[in-house]
Amino acid sequence: MSDINKKHFKHMLVVSDGLKSRYLKEKIFRASGISALIVALLFLAIIVFSISTTGYKAFAQTYIKTEIILEGAVDSSNIEDINYLGLIRDSLRRDFPELSTRAELADLYRMVSIGAQYELEQYLLDNLDNLDTAFAFDVLATSDVDMVAKSYFDDTQEQRGRLTERQYQYYLSLLNGNRIDKKFNTNLFTRGDSSNPEMAGILGAAMGSFFVLAITFFLSFPIGVGTAIYLEEFASKNRFNDFIEVNINNLAAVPSVIFGLLGLSVFINFFNFPRSAPLVGGLVLTLMTLPVVIIASRAAITSVPPSIREAALGLGASKLRVISDHIIPLALPGMLTGAIIGMARALGESAPLLMIGMVAFITEVPNSLLSPATTLPIQVYLWADSPERGFVERTSAAIIVLLVFLVIMNLLAVYLRKRFEKKW
Amino acid sequence: MSFEVNLAYIFIASIALYFIAKNRALNLRSRHKFIATVGYHALFVSLITFVPSVVILIFWTLLEGSFLQWMVLRSLPIELITIDYTSNYLFNEIINIANGVIPIDSSNTLHVIGVQRYEDAAALSRGIKIIIVFGSIALLGFYGLFKIGPNFNARLSSEVIIRRVLAGLSVIAVLTTFGILLSILFESLRFFQSVSISEFLFGTQWSPQTAIREDQVGSSGAFGAVPVFLGTFLIAIVAMMVAIPFGLMSAIYLSEYSNANVRDFMKPLLEVLAGIPTVVYGYFAALVVGPFIREMGSIFEWELTSESALAVGLVMGVMIIPFVSSISGDVITAVPKSLREGSYGCGATKSETILKVVIPAALPGIIAGVLLAVSRAIGETMIVVMAAGLAANLTLNPLKPVTTVTAQIVTLLVGDQEFDSTKTLAAFALGLVLFIVTLTLNIIALHVVRKYREQYE
Repeated sequence: MSDINKKHFKHMLVVSDGLKSRYLKEKIFRASGISALIVALLFLAIIVFSISTTGYKAFAQTYIKTEIILEGAVDSSNIEDINYLGLIRDSLRRDFPELSTRAELADLYRMVSIGAQYELEQYLLDNLDNLDTAFAFDVLATSDVDMVAKSYFDDTQEQRGRLTERQYQYYLSLLNGNRIDKKFNTNLFTRGDSSNPEMAGILGAAMGSFFVLAITFFLSFPIGVGTAIYLEEFASKNRFNDFIEVNINNLAAVPSVIFGLLGLSVFINFFNFPRSAPLVGGLVLTLMTLPVVIIASRAAITSVPPSIREAALGLGASKLRVISDHIIPLALPGMLTGAIIGMARALGESAPLLMIGMVAFITEVPNSLLSPATTLPIQVYLWADSPERGFVERTSAAIIVLLVFLVIMNLLAVYLRKRFEKKW
Repeated sequence: MSFEVNLAYIFIASIALYFIAKNRALNLRSRHKFIATVGYHALFVSLITFVPSVVILIFWTLLEGSFLQWMVLRSLPIELITIDYTSNYLFNEIINIANGVIPIDSSNTLHVIGVQRYEDAAALSRGIKIIIVFGSIALLGFYGLFKIGPNFNARLSSEVIIRRVLAGLSVIAVLTTFGILLSILFESLRFFQSVSISEFLFGTQWSPQTAIREDQVGSSGAFGAVPVFLGTFLIAIVAMMVAIPFGLMSAIYLSEYSNANVRDFMKPLLEVLAGIPTVVYGYFAALVVGPFIREMGSIFEWELTSESALAVGLVMGVMIIPFVSSISGDVITAVPKSLREGSYGCGATKSETILKVVIPAALPGIIAGVLLAVSRAIGETMIVVMAAGLAANLTLNPLKPVTTVTAQIVTLLVGDQEFDSTKTLAAFALGLVLFIVTLTLNIIALHVVRKYREQYE
């Protein structure tokens, strides 16, 4: 063996000695990569799990089965005179004939939500034509009863939750008589906010979100697309247009609270727009989502191949015709996708809306762009702050609804992209 | 007449003018040869009426509120307006009375006169608006119709109008930036008239209450923002300690190790984390993570609160993972293949190549991504508002509750506040600091990214 080969062999030994530990390091590195990914996804799973396990119970609501006995025939002439609360109390009292003192009765009556009378009124109005004098009716129970019925309190000492000892006994006897019923919680979807958990719904917040998003879309889409077309098709390379471009990129990274400050001092203080109105919320979110829409629209325009533009120009089309007849139709799916993603972000945004006063306690469902409103994320924030236990599950339920909307919007964006995406 | 009704009328008017112009152009064309098509002539006439009148309408609608307030308050006896009963409040009352929201109190002279003035001013404003808007439509309409003729290049003129409209739209983004800058700067300057800049930036006491009456005890409040800055810094550090390792490692795994199928499945899943609304993270931090940390503390017999910088930072870090991961993923895939192949050729293993060749090559881009993530963490609001509390503690212990710039901004401005108090103005001063810091981070990051891209192009 020559000297050179010997030396070579020695080097090879050094390398192969180190190989074992180097391969081990390789394995460790790879494993830590996988585990980082898994931990991140695990967090996602934990969040989804904890929200859905606390939230699903809110879709059911506890009712007490009773029999309502009317004092006489009811028709449209005397329906205004009915004492709904009295009817409900009478029917409860018939179930517990042994109760006599005021305190005992008051405890019993307090197990029924104040919303029950409105539901009874609605029921009578709906069934005015074929009304029996006695009929079965499910009375809305208070949140305290609801919490016990959903067995939130498993510890023996706390089993009755916020019910008094007496109320808990009534509850147990109702339960034994098979009189406690759980029905789908329609109030959650048909009512505005309320200080009573069993009466609180998200319809008001959902309508508020709808109005805000409608304004955001109808303003940010045309403005964003217009800006993108200008920057891509018309703007010459000069200082001012560069400035616009840098500006848009920076605007995309400005924290959302800053937009709230802008909305407060410009729209509300300077332009005297009303506080808490979806109009102002929509304007603020428009400014916030505008950079997203612009950037996505520009990307969509640049992805249209130059050959199409050149062919159209070569056939004698004017620049405007090229844009309106070729560029926009081809780039529209991409622009829409960007707009929908921007809308999804706007739907989940809450910080700037807090500052323009969309955080008030509003029980009515908003019906115009100027009526006071909240949005879904703000409703989540408000309920998360409420001390009543019944709001915990409702907060999670509102989050579930919010997430469902977000998933739908994102799926729509993915569908648009897949359906209309063209490979040139 | 409301905004949308006016808009509809303008729209109808310009559509009508379109057809009138078309008719006129068709008539004229039968006698002369036109250089532009009939359609462009009609388009020109409807554009030249529609665009200016809509612009006027928007401006008038924006400024109408201020105009009405000025008109009403100008003529009211000023001596009846006191500090408790400010002009803003009075004006809102007058609006509500005029709209029938609250009943009129006829013993209050301010109300009686004010409502009368308000109604007069509103009628005047409506009149002016209609005259200007529809007057401009009529004038410009006639001008346009007059312009129609054989030698008028309607196509070019229409394109100029459209081009100007598009340029005007793109200026909105610039106006937004200026609006942000001016409004924050203006209010901050008013704040710094009552609290000195050095006291704000270096003071260590933060208790921003102001008195309801001037003679109240302890009315001054303390506006030293160091505890607030420190809290923000602490939470951002905790968040980065979660987001950087997890984000970077998952980016490395996804772009270097996993096959395309896994990547196509995992990447969108990771992006879901970024799509969850921040209010949900806040709720999660307050409901699950905070109490969990407190329970953990009680094992070691530590007395902890469920509001802590650690809980907020952890959750915020998780939220930022996909952000770090997607930016560093892009940067890592942009490193040229030749560098990797050179390293493999020298006998390096994959992990050695990544650690000693790919990461150093991608480092500027990764750092830029981290800077952007830091600016995200500093600007994040809802998690902090819901889970961090408001105690302005001067501490670096992540188990203590702290407060942040964003949380303070929100709490200072939520609720019915008189707009001119030092307390509300303090929010704008904090906003100014936040804006400057995040803007600086972004500019540096974007600059670094651009430099980095040029390096490998």
